[in-house]
Order: sequence, then C-alpha cells, then structure tokens
Amino acid sequence: MSEPAAPEVAARAAAIGEALPRGDAARLAAGAGRFVDDAAPEHALHAAFLRSPVAHARIRRLDLGPARSMPGVVAVFDGEALAAHCRPMCGVLGHLAGMKAAPQWPLARDRVRHVGEPVVLVLARRRAQAEDAAQAIEFEWEPLPVLAEPEAALAPGVAPLHEALGDNTMFEATVATPGVESAFAGAGAVVERRWETARVTAVALEPRGIVAQWDRHEGRLRVRMGTQVPWMMQAVLADVLGIEWDRVSVVAADTGGSFGSKIHGYADEAAVAVAARLCGHPVRFIADRLESFVSDVHARGHRATVRAAVHADGRLAAFAVDDLCAAGPWSVHPRGSVNESRHVLGLTGACYSVPEYQARIRVAMTNLGLYGQYRGVGHPLACLFTETAVDSLARRLQVDPLAWRLDNLLDDAGPWPRRAPAGATFERLSLRASLRECARLMDYPALREDQRRWRESGDPWRLRGIGLACFVENSNHSSANYGRGGAAIASDDGALVRLTQGGGVACAVGLTDTGQGTRTALAQIAADAVGVPVAAIQMTVGDTDHTPVSGGNWGSRGIGIAGEALWRAGCLLRSRLLEAAGALFGREAAALDLRAGAVVDSSGAALCTLAELARAIYLRPDRFPAGVLPEPAASAHFAQRDLDGVYTNGASASRVEVDLRTGQVRLLGHWIVDDCGTVINPLLADEQLRGAAVQGIGQALFEGCLYGSQGELRNATLADYLVPMAVEMPDIVVGHVGSPTGTSRLGAKGVAEAGVTGAIAAVVNAIDDALAPLGVEMDVLPVTPERILRAAGVLDAEAGSLPGRVRSRQNADDAR
Amino acid sequence: MSAVREPPERWRDIELEVNGERCALRVPEREHLADALRHRLGLTGTHLGCEHGVCGACTVRVDGDAVRSCLMLAVQAEGCRVETIEGASARDAVVQALQAAFVERNALQCGYCTPGFVLAAAELLGECAAPSREAIRVALSGNLCRCTGYQAIVDAVEQAARRLSNSEPPR
Repeated sequence: MSEPAAPEVAARAAAIGEALPRGDAARLAAGAGRFVDDAAPEHALHAAFLRSPVAHARIRRLDLGPARSMPGVVAVFDGEALAAHCRPMCGVLGHLAGMKAAPQWPLARDRVRHVGEPVVLVLARRRAQAEDAAQAIEFEWEPLPVLAEPEAALAPGVAPLHEALGDNTMFEATVATPGVESAFAGAGAVVERRWETARVTAVALEPRGIVAQWDRHEGRLRVRMGTQVPWMMQAVLADVLGIEWDRVSVVAADTGGSFGSKIHGYADEAAVAVAARLCGHPVRFIADRLESFVSDVHARGHRATVRAAVHADGRLAAFAVDDLCAAGPWSVHPRGSVNESRHVLGLTGACYSVPEYQARIRVAMTNLGLYGQYRGVGHPLACLFTETAVDSLARRLQVDPLAWRLDNLLDDAGPWPRRAPAGATFERLSLRASLRECARLMDYPALREDQRRWRESGDPWRLRGIGLACFVENSNHSSANYGRGGAAIASDDGALVRLTQGGGVACAVGLTDTGQGTRTALAQIAADAVGVPVAAIQMTVGDTDHTPVSGGNWGSRGIGIAGEALWRAGCLLRSRLLEAAGALFGREAAALDLRAGAVVDSSGAALCTLAELARAIYLRPDRFPAGVLPEPAASAHFAQRDLDGVYTNGASASRVEVDLRTGQVRLLGHWIVDDCGTVINPLLADEQLRGAAVQGIGQALFEGCLYGSQGELRNATLADYLVPMAVEMPDIVVGHVGSPTGTSRLGAKGVAEAGVTGAIAAVVNAIDDALAPLGVEMDVLPVTPERILRAAGVLDAEAGSLPGRVRSRQNADDAR
Repeated sequence: MSAVREPPERWRDIELEVNGERCALRVPEREHLADALRHRLGLTGTHLGCEHGVCGACTVRVDGDAVRSCLMLAVQAEGCRVETIEGASARDAVVQALQAAFVERNALQCGYCTPGFVLAAAELLGECAAPSREAIRVALSGNLCRCTGYQAIVDAVEQAARRLSNSEPPR
C-alpha cells in the first residue's frame, strides 16, 4: 500500500489504503436508498407545524378550533398541550463557567423568539391536510422588540430574551498571555483585519426527518430518523419524554447528508416524539426546504477583529482576536451554541509559533434562527482570521506568503506534543510538510511567474491571485468537552464482531453513514484486522437496538474512534479463531495466522478456510478437544483519553481570476493537502476533502443567510440562498501527508472537515492577492461581485474606466 | 392573523404509463408528480430536496425528457410516459453505464441527489456522446450535490461516455 498507515496496520494491510468503491453505492445510485420518508409506515400520520412568522412576539391568542375541524386532521397540539407531557431541553455545557441558556420546550409557550419557531403541531392523514389545518389556526401575537444584531442584544439595559437569565450573553471568555500588550506596543509591524462572516446553513439535501412510534406494549419509543448520532438522540428524546434512556430505540436511516446539521435535539422532532406517544399512531415529519432554512441550525455569522504583530526582523510576535457571535434565542441541546466561538478562542494563530496571544469571545442571544454546529465548527473562522492576517503581514513586509509561512509555522520536527497559547494541545503536526507538498502540487513558483507576467501584459480588467491557508482541525475527541459538560454524547465507542455461520464476519458499530462511506471504511478495517476479504464483512451501523454505544459521526471522529474499537475487536476475534483452529488441528495458535479468509501456518500453507472453521465450531463441537469451547465473537471499546482531541492539519490553496467588469470570481484551481494519519480508503477520503472544500468555497463566495432588521430571513429558498453548483467549481487536487496518531493502534485521524477549514481562507487570500495592486482587502463573507466592485472602486468609478491603481498601469502601457 | 380557508380539495382520475406499465391513479389536483410517484406508487427513488425546482433531486423522464417532478402536477402527466430511476435502472443501458461509473468513481456520498444526477447525465449523453468536462459541468448545473466536490461526478460521466462509445471496456 502507498497510503500512510500506522505500523501495526501496515503489517496486515490488504484492504486498508485501497481505493475500494462502496458496497452500498449501487443501491443508492439505483434510487433504492431507504431515506426517512421512504420507509415510513403507510398509515403514519403526517406532521406539519405552524411556525412563527415573526422573530419576537408574545402569543396573544391561539385558536386551534378551525384546524381541528379540517379534513383528515387527527390531533392538534400547542405548547401547553405538549408541555404537560414532557420536559424541556437546555443546551448548557456545565463545565463552561458563566454559560447561560433557557429551557426550550418542543413548542413555543407564551412567546416566540425566532422566525420558524414551532408553535403548533398538526397531525393529519396526509401532509397537505396537515398543512391546510396549520394555515387555518388563528394566531394573534403582540410584537416585541426584535434583537437582530448581536451588539444590540448585548447593549446595556436591553430587555433579556429570557427574563430569568438576566441579560443576553450566552457565553463570554477571554485568554491573554502576560506580555501580549507590550508585544503589540513594541512590534515592528502590526496588521489588523476586521471580519464579518455571513451566517450559513448546511443544506443537507434530504431535509431533517423523523418517524416516531410509541410501542405501548413495551412502553418504548421507536424512532427512525436522519441523524448522525442515534445514541445521543436516544438520550435526548428519552429525557424529553421523561423515560429511561433504554426505552428509546433509534434507527438512523439512510441519511441524505448531515454536515453537523443532524446532531441536535430539535424542538420540532421532540414535539413529534411526544405527540406520537400521546396519539398512539406512528407520526412522520419531513421538513420541507422552506422550513429547513428557518429551523435548521445556522453557523459562522461572526464579527471579529484580528491583529497580528511581528518583530522588527519579521518573525511573529503576537496574535489577538476579538470575536462576537450572534447565536439564536436558544442554545441548541445538548451541544450548545457556543462551540464555534470557543474554537476561535482556542485556535486563532495556533498553526504558528505565537509567543503572545489574546482572545475574547462573546456569544449573544438574538432573535435570529437557531445556531449550532456546521462542518468545521469554528475552525474555518479561526483559519480565516489567522490566514488573512498572515497574508496582510506578508504584503506589509513585502515577503512571499509561502516563504513567510514556512519560516513561522510550528516546526514539524517538534518538540511534540505542544500546547497552543489558548490551551489546545497538538500531538504532532506536519504543517510545513503539508504546505511544501501543496506548493509542489500546484507548482507555486510557476503560478507566481504566471501572475507576474499577467500583471504586466494580461487583461487589466481580469486580475489573478493565489491564496494559501494552513490549518489544524480537531478530531478523535475525548470526553473533555461534551461528556465533562454533562451532555449525553458518548466518547467511548464499541464494536462487536462475530464469525457468521457461513464463515463471514458480522460487525456492529454504532456510527452512522450519512454519506461518508462509513460502512465501507469500517469493512476495510474489519477485513484486515480479522484477515478476511472485504466481501466477507457484514456491517450493521446506526441502530441502538443492534449496535454497541457510540458517539456517532461528528467532529471527524467516526473512523478514528469507532474504527479503532473495530480494529481491536477484529484483532481479538482473529486470535480467538486461531486458538480454535490451533485446537482443531493440534497446532500452536501463535504460529498460525488468518489471511484472506483462510487459516494459514507460518509457511503460508492453508489449514482451512474460515467457512470450514465456522462449520466445525458451530456444527461439530465434537471435533474439538475436551474442554475447548471456541469463542467465535469479540467486543472491544475505545475512547481517546490522551488528549482533548487529536489534531489533523494541512494546507489549502486557491487560484482565482477576478473580473473587475463584473466582480465575478473564477476559480482557476484549488488544492488541499491533508494529514489524517492512516488513510483507510483514499477514494472516500479524497472526495470527502473535495466536498468539504466546495462547501468552504461556497461560504467564501456565495452563501449567506440574509436577515432583515426584524429578524426575518429574506432568502429562505434554494433559489435565493446560493450554493455551489458544478459549473462554478474547479477540479480540486488532493494530496496526503501521513503522520498516524500514536493515540491509537489504527493511527487514523479525521478527514471529513479538513477540506472546509482552509478553503474559505485560501479563496479569500487569493482574491486579496488578485486585488493587491488596488491596495484593498475584503472584509465581509461571502465575497460577492458587488462587494468586490465596491472594494475595488469600480462601482464608484467612471463607466468603462479602471480604478486608479490599475488605470495608472494601463496608461503607462498605452504611453509605451 | 385570520384564517385563509382553502377551497375543498378536488380529485381527478388520471391514466399514465409509469416505467412501462399503464396505471390509473386518483390524485388531488394540487399534488405534484413527485408525491404521486412516491406515495401512491411507492417509487421512492424520486427524491425531494427543495420542491421548488432548484435542486434536481426529483428528476424523472416524462415522454423522454428529463423534468422536475416537483414542478409538474400529477394531473399534468395524464396520458404521459413517465420513467423514474427505478424504471431507467432496469432497462436503460446509458443509465446503467452511468450508475456503474458513479459507483466506481465514488461519485456519490449520501446518494440523495444521485438518481437526479444520473437521469440528467443520461440526457446529456443522449445529446452529446463525448462531452467535455466543461460541458458536463454546465449540463449538470441544475442539480445540487452537497456532498461530493462534483469532480467525481464529472469523472463518472466522462468514464461512462467513454465506455458507451466503446473506447474503454468495462472493468
């Protein structure tokens, strides 16, 4: 194998590292996926919600009568009706000093606090009937002042959105090294960037959905839903219903994308679970796209000022960031709405050797929509803030941004582990090797030469730029955050493996597959651990009745944690099967091995196939010596406890052409080099990186939730909220640098988020680099054509003329 | 806010051909074709991603043309020949070649958009046997994939095109 791998894995690798197509892909390509709505019981009632059309109001009157009399309607619930039968959720992490949040009920009670907040739940025979009835509800409200801006929400004397909390600060924190002020005061140069980053949303193509059924005979809630975290949802829904965790079964269906949007306790889904228990019918709720925009979590949406200082010799002296985030009125349960900010605090400047550091984060409760986790969770912002400041520094110092980075990045040679100023501990990073590999893949010197020539003699209306971004991305998390904060999110994952009657290996792992190819990657791990072909593996995931506990898929943790548990379980099963084979054939088990589904001796000669061994174990126990009872199954668990998380790292680069006639940005190229340790399947890993990069490019150029002053989301359709389509995207070159983590035997780190983390900064830096002759830098995301034209002075310039700095060059050309 | 009363729901009987079989359906006039295919005929390979004609996940063929079944009422399909991903997968060699290439190149992740992409790509290959990568990107730009970086999809369509024109044998 040519892909990076930990030594123990490399010694057995047959499937690991191979670019194997997914076993479940043909089914999905044929339209035979079983997404949430596809397998709902035919008689399940359809749920529809009356959602708040206003961002902040007191509920004056709700008349459900007209809805109850509509055709097909079976039940109608308002907040009070459900509250009598459930408990609220509350997204507070207990270890975060000062964090505040209010209890959130499944349906609004007395007040609504964001557009889209569920107010009434209607159950009817068909969705159209449920929607008709929701429209017939008479809802009168008394408007309350809307807090649509975080500064306004935090202003002194402003009425709190939740009176019991006293004010609208959800969380604030600061860190500072003792010498940071003097470092800035005595710096050779200081640059400052101000950023306003739009709120964005995941737009998983299958909207959120849940089918819930109360089994009154067993006293059990059975749920089928699109989720990344079935075990977390078991605890969340059980707590809402006020029943033991073990009395909720959650099956994660085929899930049409997630990206962090399906790891939360949503009020509407909780309402469906409570209503299913009350009405006795199975209930299905599938969000439509319009309600997805106003009810899914949003992310990013920060305002920040970042400063970087260098010594007189150009070496980095200090970083400082001041960040303000507009969360929604509720802190999403159970992870909370403050984690993006916490990563900004922890990771700004963290790729570099930063002697002095200062950070302040504030998270405001506002009347905007729900705010939570989205792929990368704060890392892309920390990267944007850091890497745009670094490029500003390089321009100020008139040095090449690649060369400056290679001088100032944390040294790959260590010493490791290393603690960043705000506390994150890096096990081992390969930042310089990744950046060098990225520069090699893109042929950086040739692109700089092209740019130089283009600036001399190319079309002066079309400016070309190159942007680099180095990043770290946390993965393989310990319980330091959620577990310690009191959230029911496992950081210990188990794996069960057993020999099947036919000589295959059946595995059960509590992860989900929401598009990553989890089943395939796990099958490759199990195959090599046991010593069988991938085709011999049967993989069950995403089902709390049939798999061990798992934290699920988030934070690029799945393969690193559950994959490690599976590796260990597979190795244990192999040794048990070899003991059985040794007993059966009178051989020393230690001299045997399992390879490609056969028991072989040290010469490589096959003693039997696994199918033959299975028959002996299950059908002919009499063939084994007296007292020998084979154990053809194994279980193992793994939790990463050495570090808060195992950081991956890498480098992204982008090359753009900015057309000053239109403001359009054309991507000429994009590159990612990532270090995810042991690569299980490069085919899957590479397209994870590309898909994530495209989401990052979207955030850089297109995506943003546009809110009006009254907290109304003005572009809540896919026609208005722009996401990247094929024609706008370039081919993306992917490379790997491998430093398997020493915290596990498998050595795998996460890969799912890394592509997004550096993409935004790389694209923005490329645009800034293109615009450098004009002396302007971008400061708002997304970088729309209008923002470029305004920054460049084109919109204000005389029609058909170029802005000053470019024009002077053209005039010089004309004079020649 | 006072209630907006909808007029009572009206139903119509329609006859159409779906995946080569004649069928008679009784549908509400307001029901779009995708809902009728999914909920009345159990053809759940037609997916709904936006229900306003942007994402392309609901693409089906109507009288041979790729259309968005969320933008067409079921009653408008009266007398039409409708083919969904289920039918096309069973009998259309171009679709089968595309599906094989999508699998080989990992051109799908969650798979929710994939039936739409396959049918859109099949329409492209019907019009142009050897499209350039740029032409593929343009032709597929009415379909949203949120998981892949599109590159694998372009690779897969290119590969299927080559294989269909017999310049590359199947693996």
